[in-house]
Amino acid sequence: MSVRPAEAAARLSLADRARRAIGDTDLQTALAKVTAALGAEGTAARTDPDMIEKRRRGAAIRREVLADLDGWLDRLQARLESIGVTVHRAAGPDEARRIVLDIARAEGVRLAVKSKSMATEEVHLNAALEADGVEVVETDLGEYIIQLAREMPSHIIAPAVHKTVPQVARLFTEAAGRELPSERGALCAFARERLRSKFLAADMGISGANFVTVDTGTIVLVTNEGNGRMCTSLPRVHVAVMPVEKVLPRFEDLGVLLPLLTRTATGQRLSTYVSMITGPRRPGEIDGPERLHVVFLDHNRRSLLGTPYEEMLCCVRCGACLNVCPVYRRIGGHAYDAVYSGPMGAVLTPLLSGGTEGRDLPDASSLCGACSEACPVGIPLADLLVRLRADLRTPGPAVPPAPPWPGHGPDGGAAPGSGPAPASGEPVGVAGDAPGRPSDSGPAARAARRLGFSAWARLWASPAGYRLSNAAVRRLGRLAPPAVVRRTPLVKGWGEGRDIPLPATRSFRQRLADRQKDGW
Amino acid sequence: MATEVALFVTCLVDQLAPEAGVAAVRLLEAAGCRVAFPEAQSCCGQPALNTGEPEAAAVLARHFVEVFEPYDAVVTPSGSCAAMVHHWYSRILDGEWAERAEAVAARTYELTSFLVDRLDAADRLAEAAPLDPAVTVTVHDACHGLRVLGLKSSARRLLEAAGATLVEMAEPEQCCGFGGTFAAKHGEISAPMADDKLAQAAATGADYLTACDSGCLLHLAGRRRRTGQGPEPVHVAELLGRALR
Repeated sequence: MSVRPAEAAARLSLADRARRAIGDTDLQTALAKVTAALGAEGTAARTDPDMIEKRRRGAAIRREVLADLDGWLDRLQARLESIGVTVHRAAGPDEARRIVLDIARAEGVRLAVKSKSMATEEVHLNAALEADGVEVVETDLGEYIIQLAREMPSHIIAPAVHKTVPQVARLFTEAAGRELPSERGALCAFARERLRSKFLAADMGISGANFVTVDTGTIVLVTNEGNGRMCTSLPRVHVAVMPVEKVLPRFEDLGVLLPLLTRTATGQRLSTYVSMITGPRRPGEIDGPERLHVVFLDHNRRSLLGTPYEEMLCCVRCGACLNVCPVYRRIGGHAYDAVYSGPMGAVLTPLLSGGTEGRDLPDASSLCGACSEACPVGIPLADLLVRLRADLRTPGPAVPPAPPWPGHGPDGGAAPGSGPAPASGEPVGVAGDAPGRPSDSGPAARAARRLGFSAWARLWASPAGYRLSNAAVRRLGRLAPPAVVRRTPLVKGWGEGRDIPLPATRSFRQRLADRQKDGW
Repeated sequence: MATEVALFVTCLVDQLAPEAGVAAVRLLEAAGCRVAFPEAQSCCGQPALNTGEPEAAAVLARHFVEVFEPYDAVVTPSGSCAAMVHHWYSRILDGEWAERAEAVAARTYELTSFLVDRLDAADRLAEAAPLDPAVTVTVHDACHGLRVLGLKSSARRLLEAAGATLVEMAEPEQCCGFGGTFAAKHGEISAPMADDKLAQAAATGADYLTACDSGCLLHLAGRRRRTGQGPEPVHVAELLGRALR
């Protein structure tokens, strides 16, 4: 049972969620440990000459895909179909859920096992399957932990990074119905035993896709636990949900992108397992699914093509930007209240949702640029955050939606009458305007901010305006009661944690003018 | 012949931290420059851009270009404001304005980088402003100078040449949490980030926590006044300026 992102923290603003996370000592301990460890791996990966070359080549390959994404998808579909794979196209989460539900119903699926997949988190697939009577079991250890805890992943590659060993022991004890020791080995042994029985009994395996190669039609899964291989070889049906940007033109491109992903994500030259699945089971083979489905998931990704946000589609989901982000390192993933967290999540969430989710997330950044520097494929994340702050000023999406694929409804919805209603609706409403959320992003506040900055810029573009406004602030600052000064917008936020700096008695200009008379 | 430079002092230094501006002028003069101060200057526009108001930022960007276009070199005691000119002006301006901005950006320098990389003045300044080797200093690599302009060594070079003892923090490149309007909008995140920086600086045992950006320093000083933790935050220029004979 997965928990929708909005449920746990819907009533809290970003600032309140951040305060709660900063006050959580277990979380602070876990975050400091893992982000330091993973961040150091990422830094090491950046300075290796071989990796510098792989970053350059990887970035070029990702951009080659984006230059003709629809073309690559058509060619991939043709290749996949030629080797016996059924291809589906989902405009958005509703359609993706309907497609998987239809397959599950047609196949009489009662138990589905899942390999770790952010794409299925993105479309909230588990809840939909469960509502339809399918038991869904996450088989990545971290995902299994948070499934038992009914939480969201707090890191894209280490979903349970926020949990301590004693917390996991309590969850597993409850699941086992017997006391389990607070010890890693024993807890892993329990998970292994429990999951093994699920792998063997499952009717359907569900995965994401780290990459899918066009020339061979190969789905590539990167895991460290081998659970991905179990999910995709034991059950009779395998469904892979593939966000459209996961396409790679050539099998040989994996030589660049696989090590680029794993070195940056965890420091491994290659993950413990790399599963490569090319078509369903062939005559004479002893394992593998009888039927293999691939779901191309758009969810507003194609609307980013040709805009500055297109760069975001280069993302390989390594998590490097999370590990180095000083904000993520302080507040963790759950404070973002979204499937994707950290800098990549702050960019992706408002874009994928078409502006209905995460509108306040681009503000959750000091714009230090550590994310842009860490990104193995050169996504200018900090620049995109700056652009989003401007492009989300007016209600609605940051970029106009793309024309849907033929036969598909717009923006994530299934074409009218094309299937059963989804088990659960998409979260709606603009986060900043949600009830109970004290916010400065309502329409009136937005208009005031815009007018204020515009007036300020015009004033300061004139020497007299600059001089007079500063003189006025100086005088007001001296005359106004401190209690009033402390409530002024911006000053108030600054004063929350810091003493407010007073204007200097003499500005630099005055001192420069005075210098002519009697020196500094 | 003296190099003529225009000083872009920045609005923050002008109004809140003039000592860093005074020190910048004195250091530039000690390095043999003639310093002009175009009176019409105001702000680079970064607060507007980072709050999501690029049109307002563009008004100030055009103003900056007009004010500083006549000069061969523009020097500013802020890596962040220099980075704004270098990285963003051509992106928020159009056509001819973008071209003019690129041309001005190519002659706009952060102060320590100008002194070291352009003038090679570290040794000359060391003679004019020797620091006591008993003074220990730790350098915070302010983000935009570091990541947009690639500044890493110039402040350290000036301090070391002057005789100061440098001690490094565990993570000198970690953001201090200032982030412009972020500091005011998300004080609840920004202040703990300052605590991390101040704690790392305190762990070095340094007498001073220096940087090339008054924004970071005002934020850190404001937090330090609240908590009492960490060494005194002071601009690199100001630290050297105090020693100028």
